[in-house]
Amino acid sequence: MTKEPLVLGIESSCDETGIGIVRGNTLLTNAVSSSMDEHVRFGGVIPEIASRAHLDAFVPALQSALREADVTLDEIDAIAVTAGPGLSGALMVGVSAAKALSVATGKPLYGINHLVAHVGVGLLEDSGIEGHGAELLDQLPREGLGALLVSGGHTEILAVRDITSDVELLGATLDDAAGEAYDKVARLLGLNYPGGPAIDNAARAGHRKAFNFPRGLSARKFMGTAENPGPHRYDFSFSGLKTAVARVVEGFETRGEEIPVADIAASFQESVVDVITKKAMLACQEKGIKTLLLGGGVAANSRLRQLAADRCAEHGITLIIPKLSLCTDNGAMVAALGARLVAEGREPSGIDFETDSSLPVTTVLI
Amino acid sequence: MLVLALDSSATASVALAKIHQDSGEVEMLAHRRTSDTRSHAEVMARFVEETLHDAAVDPFSIDVIVCGTGPGPFTGLRAGIVTARTVGFAWNKPVLGLMSLYALAEYVFEDARRAGNDSFVIVTDARRREVYSAKFLLENKGYTLVSGPCVGPAEEVPDVAAYGKGAGLYSDVMKTVEGFENHQPDAEYLLKAASRLGLENLSEDTSALYLRDSDAKVPAARKKASISAVTVPGEK
Repeated sequence: MTKEPLVLGIESSCDETGIGIVRGNTLLTNAVSSSMDEHVRFGGVIPEIASRAHLDAFVPALQSALREADVTLDEIDAIAVTAGPGLSGALMVGVSAAKALSVATGKPLYGINHLVAHVGVGLLEDSGIEGHGAELLDQLPREGLGALLVSGGHTEILAVRDITSDVELLGATLDDAAGEAYDKVARLLGLNYPGGPAIDNAARAGHRKAFNFPRGLSARKFMGTAENPGPHRYDFSFSGLKTAVARVVEGFETRGEEIPVADIAASFQESVVDVITKKAMLACQEKGIKTLLLGGGVAANSRLRQLAADRCAEHGITLIIPKLSLCTDNGAMVAALGARLVAEGREPSGIDFETDSSLPVTTVLI
Repeated sequence: MLVLALDSSATASVALAKIHQDSGEVEMLAHRRTSDTRSHAEVMARFVEETLHDAAVDPFSIDVIVCGTGPGPFTGLRAGIVTARTVGFAWNKPVLGLMSLYALAEYVFEDARRAGNDSFVIVTDARRREVYSAKFLLENKGYTLVSGPCVGPAEEVPDVAAYGKGAGLYSDVMKTVEGFENHQPDAEYLLKAASRLGLENLSEDTSALYLRDSDAKVPAARKKASISAVTVPGEK
């Protein structure tokens, strides 16, 4: 197989139908159709609505991706698709389509891990990561690269020593994803969906220390020490935080006082961002990781970017952030990881595999 | 005319046939089906591949693809429709939609006529103690759809001879015809129904017939804690 395989990537694990096409390290197109607008009135992603949208968005997205990249299905060397983790019904639309495309074109199909694909954008020449091109993941020290993935569906810290064969989950949320907590708190504060940008905006006029909201899983019994780590040293929990915000809001309402939306938003955001970056720093330090990649939709959050930058600088860690269109869910990252698997000569997945809504990061290729 | 048909409205099935246009005869070339209703995302593409292989047919010689559009459980239904649309796109072939209950109507209408009925109803399982149904009127040569498809409680199904898995499940409240209690729509009969209706009369609309909205409820405005909501001791 050529070193520069032409690979089409398909992503449908949440509310974005993404089709990306890459040639080796070069991104040719990244078509994304989102059903976000349809979820607004519910205040969160509704799996059935997302799945319906994937069904109707798939062929049009495929068509526009091929046109934009100016390639034909005949020219494609391989197809890659997100096999998990994600919403089961949503994954099944993309995977069924990918299998159909594989049968129709005779091209090999690779079922890959969504979370690892988020880091796979680092394989692209034009990932928007300052100071780095496609060599980024090929020049990793033995300890590897850290990845902090924060979105509406995920909050994870990964250690990536080899993008195609050695990925370890260091920490993850035990309940809500950070983005989900933003959505729920936005609703409490009467702000719009999605909550991320709404709270980020409201927080600008507020004080970060106005309220002291809890930092989930920060107690010693969860953290332990570096030598003797507790059960959740690098894990997250946001459900207690959400409840704490609700209690404060209710308190103001009960007293008939105006809710200080900006202060609550700023304090809530500080609690989320503080615990995320603190634990990410801890994980990097203790695992000897020197470079941290920030990914997922919440990478757009201004306070997360600022605090991550400050703390990384403090700890001598290089922070890298891909351009936003490659941080949110997309097909290009799936194609990028697929292209690397093809170039390495890995066996394709075939067309009989099942989707796995909780696919572990240790399974890069299904 | 070479026709590939797919249906995933209940079980998953794929059929490939040649329609002889002068005689109207449908010659089955290959056929695959599952008996379970939960593996559509795994089997649909494989079935397409196998039917083509069995019949030794080059996909580019296929003239048209017919896709069952439901009603049926959502996740399985989507797997079939997206498979049909995607192979149709890749091969540049038209994809025509046909309501899936036609497949069962095609299978049972002669039995219904022999039994002396004027009409009959096709009933499939919609889960949650409900059924999908469609009523057909028998005619000289075939049958026509007169009402449905719709979803609802078994009690509301028209009181005529009832065929299919849904009729089998709720035989206490409808005129279930024996011998058809486990029958489900299948691509072979979907294809035959399409041929009877005339491919030229079918639509390119392959929208899924969900018949139900998603369960999601728009959250009610959050109830505000207020002074008056606090119970004052002694007051009721």
